[in-house]
Amino acid sequence: MIDQIKRKKKDTLMSIDLETAAKIASLSRIAMEKPELEAMTNDLNKILAWVEQLNEVNTAATEPLANVNDEALRWREQDIIDDGYRAQEILVNAPSQTAGFFTVPKVVE
Amino acid sequence: MTDLIDLTMLQALEGLAKKSFSAQELTARYIAASQKGQPQTNAYITETYAQAEQAAKASDARRAAGQVGAMEGLPLAMKDLFCTKNIRTTAASKILDNFIPPYESTVSQKLLDAGTITLGKANLDEFAMGSINITSGYGPVISPWSGAEPAKATRKLHAGGSSGGSAAAVAARMALGATGTDTGGSIRYPAAISGIVGVKPTYGRCSRYGIIAYASSLDQAGCLTRTVGDAALMLRSMVGYDPKDSTSMNIAVPDYLASLGKSVKGLKIGIPREYRLEGMPQETEKLWDNTAAMLQSLGAQIVNIALPHTKYALPTYYILAPAEASSNLARYDGVRYGLRVTGESLNAMYENTRAAGFGAEAKRRIMMGTYVLSEGYYDAYYLKAQKVRRLIRQDFLDAFHQCDAILTPPTTSTAFGIDEKTDDPIQIYLTDIFTVTLNLAGLPGLVLPVALCSDGLPMGMQLIGKAFDEETLFTLGDALEKEVGFTAKPPFTA
Repeated sequence: MIDQIKRKKKDTLMSIDLETAAKIASLSRIAMEKPELEAMTNDLNKILAWVEQLNEVNTAATEPLANVNDEALRWREQDIIDDGYRAQEILVNAPSQTAGFFTVPKVVE
Repeated sequence: MTDLIDLTMLQALEGLAKKSFSAQELTARYIAASQKGQPQTNAYITETYAQAEQAAKASDARRAAGQVGAMEGLPLAMKDLFCTKNIRTTAASKILDNFIPPYESTVSQKLLDAGTITLGKANLDEFAMGSINITSGYGPVISPWSGAEPAKATRKLHAGGSSGGSAAAVAARMALGATGTDTGGSIRYPAAISGIVGVKPTYGRCSRYGIIAYASSLDQAGCLTRTVGDAALMLRSMVGYDPKDSTSMNIAVPDYLASLGKSVKGLKIGIPREYRLEGMPQETEKLWDNTAAMLQSLGAQIVNIALPHTKYALPTYYILAPAEASSNLARYDGVRYGLRVTGESLNAMYENTRAAGFGAEAKRRIMMGTYVLSEGYYDAYYLKAQKVRRLIRQDFLDAFHQCDAILTPPTTSTAFGIDEKTDDPIQIYLTDIFTVTLNLAGLPGLVLPVALCSDGLPMGMQLIGKAFDEETLFTLGDALEKEVGFTAKPPFTA
């Protein structure tokens, strides 16, 4: 599997190896064992090879487009508090809570 | 008397107004139909029949008191991507299996305000990431058209995705209409292969507030119905400015029902040569030509147009959508809502939670998105795709100098089996090749059924409009619908 990916690396402009995939999984905060990671590496390389066709398009004089409606985001109007004091309602979905707060595993030693 | 589930929305409204039947009777008929259809189709993730009965009772009371909403008493399915207050909302993901929103999405609230009744939360691809509704954490949706091919009677067909539950429910007569969302074709593709109507309005028409986000610059709500007229009625109740969504457009909303029954004489219809793909089934091409000829016979003028960057739309989408998804789905961390799987550290908790909660396609897109946004690759992938996106939109802007609307197939072929083509993600991505262009350009699209193909399965056609010109689509769609006279029903109807 890994040999295959290394071979592929020479054929295409950009592709990822198992180590890079592990780094992406870590940045994505998804725990992944080796077999799953290998399958994912394979899938991602297929997709990356496929999207490479965008390099055929000359975009030297083109600005990126983020908002189709060409609208500048509106300024927020005066921020008047019209809702709130609903801590209990919001905490209903919390996996763990104490005294009106969300609780998480200890972060500071 | 006609079976109540065979009425259109507009007919049902008339019957309710004349007191031929009550909202409670109509709802009871749809509850029975949903109960019968659910084991066949898996169209719902959560069924809300008790609430529906209560809502129908309240609707009848409002009608008796003279307070009649635009959709008073009509029972709908709600895609389980819309947050519904006090009703479980999962996005078809196990990570949200126990999530009960304390608030209502703007679109679903508008539909409630119009007097509608919700039968249940419709199945979808996990976080709307998929084209054939097989990525749901609650099982695939089975098309009610399964069994239409006599030679393959046992073949289970997919219903399209991501709004597959919505499409199956409407086609099988388990709901009068359904909400959907469309990021790359998620309303139009399932509608096209299910023999029903699907409309994605212009980006900015519907508020995204309370719709669980997938790719925010592309996501747009819309509707699935059995007729163009019903879509005009339903969409009118969904759209409108909402200060809670910064991309919602503050512009007037026309009465779409007024677009029905108008002449199409003199309207210029663009036919883009780039949609004539090599290897596309001849039957699809022929249907496309026939539909264009029908519009011509009704007085429209056919013009050939070019949309040169069409072939780059799907690869552009599969960079931009995963990038936005990786950012949007960062919120599922096991802290404030949803699943939590413990770990030794905070990081381990995040990683274990997300590993257990997300399915394979969601993980694939999150990782793809994380990669294309990462340092050193951002320009080569994300920025590049944003630039190609501008060229794709420019193609449409140029084309609309020559025409008023565009006619294309919505996809290449009819539905296939739920377990076919599933080993290669790109093969499934290709189903959206003709729908995804509109999301990148932000344009409205309407799909309506035009024929049964030789395999006995339905195929639709797609009309594409100028930004904020849904009216022309309703005029053209309504005229075509009358000309086509599509009356076929799936082999399974509830």
